[in-house]
Amino acid sequence: MARITLDGIAHAYGGKPRSEQDYALKPLHHVWEQGMAYALLGPSGCGKTTLLNIISGLVIPSEGRLLFDDIDVTRLPTKERNIAQVFQFPVIYDTMTVAENLAFPLKNRRLPRAAIERRVTEIAAMLDLTGVLNRRARGLTADAKQKISLGRGLVRSDVSAVLFDEPLTVIDPALKWELRSKLKAVHRALDLLMIYVTHDQIEALTFADKVVVMNDGKAVQIGTPDDLFERPEHTFVGYFIGSPGMNLMAAKVSGSRALVDGVELQLSAVYPDPPKGQRVQIGVRPDYTELSSMAGAPVQVRRVADLGRKRLAYVTLGGQQIVATIPPEMSSIGDQAKVVFDPAHTHVYVDDIRVTGAAA
Amino acid sequence: MRQGVLPKIILAAYLVLLMLPIYWLINLSLRTNSDIMSGMALWPHNPTLEKYVHIFKDPTWVHAFGVSLTYVAINTIISVTVALPAAYAFNRYAFIGDKHLFFWLLTNLMAPTAVFAMPFFNLYYAVGLFDTVWGVALAHCLFNIPLAVWILEGFVGGVPREIDETAAIDGYSFPRFFVRIFLPLIANGIGVTAFFCFMFSWVEQLLATTLTATNALPFAAVMTRAYSVSGMDWSLLAAAGVLTMVPGAVVIWFVRNHIAKGFALGRV
Amino acid sequence: MTGKPINNRAWLFVLPVLAFVLFSSIIPVMTVVNYSIQDTMGANNFFWNGDGWFRDLLNPSTAIGARFDDALFRTLAFSLVCLMIEVPLGIAIALCIPRRGWLVGLTLVVMALPMLIPWNVVGTIWQIFTRADIGLFGAALTGLGLHYNVTQDPISAWITIVVIDVWHWTPLVILLSYAGLRAIPDAFYQAAQIDGASRWAIFFNIELPKLQKVLVIAVLLRFMQTFMIYTEPFVVTGGGPGSATTFLSIDLVKIALGQVDLGNAAAMSLVYYLITLTVCWIFFTIMTQLERRRDA
Repeated sequence: MARITLDGIAHAYGGKPRSEQDYALKPLHHVWEQGMAYALLGPSGCGKTTLLNIISGLVIPSEGRLLFDDIDVTRLPTKERNIAQVFQFPVIYDTMTVAENLAFPLKNRRLPRAAIERRVTEIAAMLDLTGVLNRRARGLTADAKQKISLGRGLVRSDVSAVLFDEPLTVIDPALKWELRSKLKAVHRALDLLMIYVTHDQIEALTFADKVVVMNDGKAVQIGTPDDLFERPEHTFVGYFIGSPGMNLMAAKVSGSRALVDGVELQLSAVYPDPPKGQRVQIGVRPDYTELSSMAGAPVQVRRVADLGRKRLAYVTLGGQQIVATIPPEMSSIGDQAKVVFDPAHTHVYVDDIRVTGAAA
Repeated sequence: MRQGVLPKIILAAYLVLLMLPIYWLINLSLRTNSDIMSGMALWPHNPTLEKYVHIFKDPTWVHAFGVSLTYVAINTIISVTVALPAAYAFNRYAFIGDKHLFFWLLTNLMAPTAVFAMPFFNLYYAVGLFDTVWGVALAHCLFNIPLAVWILEGFVGGVPREIDETAAIDGYSFPRFFVRIFLPLIANGIGVTAFFCFMFSWVEQLLATTLTATNALPFAAVMTRAYSVSGMDWSLLAAAGVLTMVPGAVVIWFVRNHIAKGFALGRV
Repeated sequence: MTGKPINNRAWLFVLPVLAFVLFSSIIPVMTVVNYSIQDTMGANNFFWNGDGWFRDLLNPSTAIGARFDDALFRTLAFSLVCLMIEVPLGIAIALCIPRRGWLVGLTLVVMALPMLIPWNVVGTIWQIFTRADIGLFGAALTGLGLHYNVTQDPISAWITIVVIDVWHWTPLVILLSYAGLRAIPDAFYQAAQIDGASRWAIFFNIELPKLQKVLVIAVLLRFMQTFMIYTEPFVVTGGGPGSATTFLSIDLVKIALGQVDLGNAAAMSLVYYLITLTVCWIFFTIMTQLERRRDA
């Protein structure tokens, strides 16, 4: 299989949606390419698990078509979809050994014993489970169990996509990194399409080639981690990605200038006047908002946080609270300071959507 | 699985079979004795409430019903009240002999009431509790207190210990913390416990009849008097039987949501 | 249960419970022990009998010994038969109850009903139900030509008591099993679907292992209740025909309160009690073992 296509997929639990509010998942068009690793990132209730379940077949969407390559699988039962899914907590068969767990899907498909053994050994080696193959799965640690869950998914050679539903939730933080690297290694080795649902942006940004940011049932932006960081298309993406999130300030925009509470900022492009009644905001990430010892917009400093590798200042510009980075050479900060914004990374948002300006 | 039609058919069939004897009782309770003896009928052709009226008008029956409800209520209140601090202690503290005491309590839950019939009879007679509602209420504590402790201990365990600690730091005295903060948190558990205590006391008849004679005779014992001149008064017996099912049905109807919720939480 | 502060002040909390247990359990048992080691020649004239009563009781060649032996055997057989029917049946029906929906509430309420009926009324219901003249069950069986007579035929009596117990208490097994099944997260069923497991495989590999703890409780409760059964058979058959359905409790009450044979009754009580204590202890141990293995 080369790819998964979502053609107008939407879902409302309970059947008949009357308004947009009733949709758990709003109509979505997207193509997932084979061999890529995607992350579905968003807060709880944003629809990411619903989307995952539609792809795996545990939920039948109320609207739209799901295509594997060019075959319509919207109503095809899970068994026949050749996908694998790893859940939030390890799902293993308590009464079986690790080897028997891994062999289970193949036994159900009645493969010959030799083929099963070969495949099990192969996958176990890939996941570093060879040492525990003959132990009862029940007594192992959470991360080993998750690896077994993953292994059960990979053991079928015709598997075409692996879906992950927040799989590191119960893993000890110390082992999360190890498991994440293992997932990347498996991805590279097997060239599978992987879709990874999470609410943790670090996980998403380190694991995925492309991230789908979701909020309130909508796919708000799809792009590489870099895209999401540098050019957030939606204020939600700006706020959700990055720690701390993007500074958003109400402003009046005219041409290549923006007015924020009386302070004028320079923009890197020329923007048309937005229609009346629409909410206009300027967004700049704290990484591109710096305290300056020379000229800049006057701010009151509320507090300073030292994070070791960088220092942040929580300041107030006019009536708005923003976060700025403190340059390493600046030693002492008083109550008043000046802040500079990098025009190249200053974005304009009208009604939460980013607007591109014409070249200046 | 639970998908498909077959499980639903089996379930429906089972529920019908389960209700059949109860239905039959209701059937007979709505017919007269002569009607009953004259032949089988799958439903009452001339339904009559005369036996029910008879029971409601008869002071012996009414008194007996009141007696039953009274000792069950007393017992439930005592069991839950006494069990609450104990359940708290068992879950939150370790003390000398705690495991042994807990085990001893559970064995009381399993104690054959027949073993206790004779000694209770002698004991209660000696202290003047024979033939009183208090006597039966106390006798039922034999198994209901352990049951209450067992169930409540589980629910106490569901409340994180941090809440206790926070309250202590906030300056709450223990009694105030227990009554104002802790109890509301296990309200569901108290409800479930009260339900089970009610149920086990309401249904137990061996002790209830052994320890009573006339004043505190429970409803069940009065039922044995359902003889008439021409032999067993079947429709009276049936009507009385149906009435004994009413409190149980009412209670479970009211707690049905809590029970369903309890299952969903996996806490039962 | 680790990491709890050792606090002997907790004894204050359990004092009320202790008081009741003393009154309801320890003192009565002491009375029984008292009677079991003494003999009486009429009002309040007691003298030591040591283990005399016990030796008679446990010796199948004495009258009381044979009687006890029979009753014990009868009761154990009864418990076993009931368990063998109720546990599989209970699990099977629990599997048929949907995991969500309006049917669940209704089913739980209907199933709980038999357990809320006073036990003598349970007896009365079946007393009526099994009569050939006025009861549907009795009429149906005799109508089919079967030789069914509860009061005169021991086999009919036995089958009837078993049916009554199954009717009365299978809902308990169902409710406990259902609670256990509901506690299994959906993800397990979903994973099994993805793995292509058959219905049987799901049952043996997921459901049954997860039901272990619940089943131990269910078996313990049911064994205890069947072992102690008194009211229902007493109302329906009175222990007969003959002594066909005279289970241990019924026999004990007959001896204690009916014949006022205090010594024998007391000895019987203690042996009976000891058996239940032992079974309790065995189950308690199994339970803690299961807990320990699960947390490992």
